[in-house]
Amino acid sequence: MGLATCGIAAGADRVYAALESAIRKQEHNIQLRRVGCIGYCREEPLVNIHLPGKPLVILHRVTEADTGRILHAAATGDVPRDLALCRINAWDPIVGDKLVFGTGFEDIPAYETTPYFAPQQKIVLRSAGLINPEDIDEYFAVGGYTALHKAITEMSPADVVHEVIISGLRGRGGAGFPTGLKWNFTKEEQSLRKYIICNADEGDPGAYMNRNEMESDPHMILEGMLIGAYAIGAREGVIYVRAEYPLAIERLTAAISQAQRHGLLGENIFGTDFSFSVTIAGGAGAFVCGEETALIASIEGQTGRPRPRPPFPAQKGLWGMPTNINNVETWSNIPVIIHRGGKWFSGIGVPENSGTKVFSLVGEVECVGLAEVPLGTSIRTLVFDIGNGGLRGKAIKAVQTGGPSGGCIPASLFDTPLDYAHLTEVGSIMGSGGVVVMGTETSMVDTARFFIGFTDEESCGKCVPCREGLKHMLMILDKILAGRASVADIEILEELSGLIRKTSLCGLGQTAPNPVLTTLRYFRNEYEALVERSRSS
Amino acid sequence: MDAAQLDTIVERYPGATGRVLGVLEQVQRRAGYLPRDALEYLARKLAMPLSELYSIATFYSFFTLEALGEHVVTVCMGTACHVNGAPRIVERLERLLDVGAGETTGDGKFQLTTADHAFSLTSARCFGACSMAPVLRIDNRIFGYVTPDKIPAILRQFDWEGNHHRNY
Ligand SMILES: Cc1cc2nc3c(=O)[nH]c(=O)nc-3n(C[C@H](O)[C@H](O)[C@H](O)COP(=O)(O)O)c2cc1C
Ligand code: FES
Repeated sequence: MGLATCGIAAGADRVYAALESAIRKQEHNIQLRRVGCIGYCREEPLVNIHLPGKPLVILHRVTEADTGRILHAAATGDVPRDLALCRINAWDPIVGDKLVFGTGFEDIPAYETTPYFAPQQKIVLRSAGLINPEDIDEYFAVGGYTALHKAITEMSPADVVHEVIISGLRGRGGAGFPTGLKWNFTKEEQSLRKYIICNADEGDPGAYMNRNEMESDPHMILEGMLIGAYAIGAREGVIYVRAEYPLAIERLTAAISQAQRHGLLGENIFGTDFSFSVTIAGGAGAFVCGEETALIASIEGQTGRPRPRPPFPAQKGLWGMPTNINNVETWSNIPVIIHRGGKWFSGIGVPENSGTKVFSLVGEVECVGLAEVPLGTSIRTLVFDIGNGGLRGKAIKAVQTGGPSGGCIPASLFDTPLDYAHLTEVGSIMGSGGVVVMGTETSMVDTARFFIGFTDEESCGKCVPCREGLKHMLMILDKILAGRASVADIEILEELSGLIRKTSLCGLGQTAPNPVLTTLRYFRNEYEALVERSRSS
Repeated sequence: MDAAQLDTIVERYPGATGRVLGVLEQVQRRAGYLPRDALEYLARKLAMPLSELYSIATFYSFFTLEALGEHVVTVCMGTACHVNGAPRIVERLERLLDVGAGETTGDGKFQLTTADHAFSLTSARCFGACSMAPVLRIDNRIFGYVTPDKIPAILRQFDWEGNHHRNY
């Protein structure tokens, strides 16, 4: 039974309870397990059913009323066809041995031919929805912690960093900085104490891949951090998780104590002199705390206001010590890179953009969910092949990527590849991978206002351009929406945007005007129509 | 909250890393807000000026300085929820709960409590349940695919008896 936050909200906990009590009442040997989420959120609640020698079958939109039928079919070696979404005959967990489930049920569509899954390539989410995130043995069963063992016992810290450099992995938290190079900065610092941090603040509203990574495969993140700590020379790690994610915190906490019991966290790991511990620190609802210097201030118990860099965290980070910060998904990629080698990883995706990215496909799209595709996949493939187009057949006007720091990309540019350089070229950013689909009825001026309202409220107030400038942008946008603006107001809006971008202290202000700039670039007619209206009234 | 309860919470954070926010978060979760006397006690205990704790309490939106209603209705105002109609959800909730008509602009932050203290209506940035947008949370339960018309039935699960003053 898939039991992540979204599944539970769709009623998965009630289905689980119903299955549990029904199983207790019958005499067949049926085991019930909890798994995370496979990412097809629209079809929740999802139940995977595996009968001996048969493929794993994913049942979708399961309700409490279906449980009797499911168990009855299982007892006779079958599955209810009307609930079957697809079947998986075998699965490659990449790190561990191939999992062979079985054959048969040919009339159920194969996973590989299901439109939602076909274009996907699961690396980060390779075990999400298939293993129990609360059971370290299931992580071991898919090759868990073997990459850590290899790194610590067969590789020097420099080898590990080298492998990450040649993998070409870039940070998944926003800016896309090469991870191996970043590790090297902190590695090279001479200090008795160093820290590594996992940024799980996931501030972009509309992006929830980090939540799923933590809820579905928490040990993968711990293993990535352990390998990084070994390479960098850190003994302590911190996972900074936003307060809105209680289930992620619960599962990470459980994973940490299991890893401690197995000697995978603590002193002298694998009998070597490498020791490492992890603490979870909770956020408290401030978007700016995703920014690394604000995040550090927040962990130290201060208000989360960014400070100018340099010094960078690599020189002076948490408690003044050299600190390396990476996003949840960045850490998640480390075990596969060490296991299969940096060269293998660099072959996935497109040049300068190796690996996959998990995107959250939400808004007015038919098949909402989390989709993991190689970098360089087009927006069209994501929205139309995986997402099956607009909600209830509606026409699509644009997608918004990169959250409040990103921009709106019109449907005419949907052949744009999802990679760092191309997204920047069209005025948006990769960000954390949030993709919000907007139908033709969505007003782009209102969308721009929504984001400026958001960043204005989340501005920490430290620097003037961001604190005052965004307020003025908001006033002008309100004026335009109310039909009281003139053409000159649009020009002032553009001018202010440029000023705030150039003069703000941190990334929040420097990127906040992007939603306005991209909507002005691609949907200027909508602004002008509103101005036109005010002139004629 | 008494001193012994606060001591127990502080003891759970032996290291300085993440302690201040962690302690305040526990107090907020248990008491439903940060009572003044608790902040005064913690200021002494953590050897911090009260003004600094106050500054933290007002900077982070998770903390509140006033008691919230018995049930807290939190509407997601994130992008996916906005696109899928969150403003209409807030509007209906305002009317059903009879709070702050017009005070919420549909996308700003707000925190309103009913006269009988049974409900508070507030906003969040994103629950990470964006696939089910629009989303609202009541206490610890998340409801997805909400439409204005589904709200009365949802509220009734939390002992809401309807708004008798007007007809909707
Ligand atoms: C306003 C603001 C918010 C941010 N929010 C996040 C976030 O929620 N998660 C994240 O990983 N990075 C966030 N970042 C980027 C971090 O500062 C940092 O670059 C990132 O965590 C580095 O990790 P990476 O190299 O693995 O991408 C944010 C940056 C800014 C300016
Ligand atoms: S945008 Fe509402 S739950 Fe994410």
